[in-house]
Amino acid sequence: MSVIWDAKGSFKIFDDMPPRIAQIRLVSSHPQVYAPCDDSYALVDALLADRKKLIDHHPTICMEVGSGSGYVITSLALILKSESNSPHFFATDVNPHATLVTRDTLEAHEVHAELLTTNITSGLEKRLAGMVDVMVVNPPYVPTPEEEVGNGGLSAAWAGGENGRAVIDKILPVADNLLSEKGWLYMLFLAANDPLQICLEMRDRGYGSKIVVQRSTEEETLHVIKFWRESENQMEGSEGGSTPKSGSQKGWNYIFSQLSRLTFRETRQ
Amino acid sequence: MRLLTHNMLSSNIKGVINGFPLRIEVEKVIEKQVDFNPDFLKNMFSKIDWKALADASKIMGYAELPEEVPDASVLDSDEFLQKFHHALLELHLEEGALVCPETGRRFPVNKGIPNMLLHEDEV
Ligand SMILES: C[S@@+](CC[C@H](N)C(=O)[O-])C[C@H]1O[C@@H](n2cnc3c(N)ncnc32)[C@H](O)[C@@H]1O
Repeated sequence: MSVIWDAKGSFKIFDDMPPRIAQIRLVSSHPQVYAPCDDSYALVDALLADRKKLIDHHPTICMEVGSGSGYVITSLALILKSESNSPHFFATDVNPHATLVTRDTLEAHEVHAELLTTNITSGLEKRLAGMVDVMVVNPPYVPTPEEEVGNGGLSAAWAGGENGRAVIDKILPVADNLLSEKGWLYMLFLAANDPLQICLEMRDRGYGSKIVVQRSTEEETLHVIKFWRESENQMEGSEGGSTPKSGSQKGWNYIFSQLSRLTFRETRQ
Repeated sequence: MRLLTHNMLSSNIKGVINGFPLRIEVEKVIEKQVDFNPDFLKNMFSKIDWKALADASKIMGYAELPEEVPDASVLDSDEFLQKFHHALLELHLEEGALVCPETGRRFPVNKGIPNMLLHEDEV
């Protein structure tokens, strides 16, 4: 806790500086539920890196698909918590144990999200279309034989089929449908998922993209990529140059060079 | 499950055309206090299906909402906003079920979490 005095001599107490995220000791667990791992941390680091932008974005509705232990949605809720104007949160998972664990993790941090056990966001797609301002996803991304996808329990947490894209490719159009005009999507990918191709595909749907976090561990190279609708005047936060066009073009060239270099490096290995 | 969620949920069974609103079967309702946020309520008002909310609220034991769609001018009334707030965010269906209005299929709600997973022949 810190106390800050302003010039007029009144003071404010800030409970949580630096910003609070979910604490591992308060994250609930279950043998069938994916525990927070490097990918979860990378996604939360991306949200922290964008913390100021997220707060200034004033989202009304935020959502996580595949919440697992609840580490990410709890962190997002803590980052955006404010006394008078907190957003509303939804979190889904296809694994019923995961939504229960997410519920406990949220409760332990005194934040709330509405939970749904469902496939991606099935059931919400009609009425929630165009309403989600921030969506976060750490999908099952590991390349596996196609038969391993959607087997439930823990294997559903990582089994991603060919190139790890089976579930990712289903989530992207759903995200496009749910995101609002000002909607942002933060999604985690493995280099093997071919994130460059994903960015190109999303560009065809009218989205700009940029890498927020990039991290190489011994086993994998992870990227958290942020997508935003580029069609109207939306600028991604304070990103970009003087005009939307040249700004986004610059961003695009940048992500292209980053990702193509990576893809190049990986394919040589 | 808050009634906001109920208001955003439809039956996702293949072939169902009119899957909204899901009928609520109540076993246990709980109330949890939530910070009052008028901006959020004003934002949501136009997105809410009013009749579905008022009916659901009544089934959950809170009959204070007007049955007819109120005119947007009610958003200036603090009393209205408080009721809207309570119905939308503070009433939780903790145990019960959501029933597809077209097929009668029950989606269980346990520990406040609706389970919308479908059987193979429903997707
Ligand atoms: C890599 S884990 C991430 C968990 C958590 N968000 C985190 O970052 O630690 C992926 C999660 O997505 C869930 N999942 C997999 N396929 C899904 C689907 N079709 N719909 C919803 N959730 C899914 C898994 O059950 C798992 O909890």
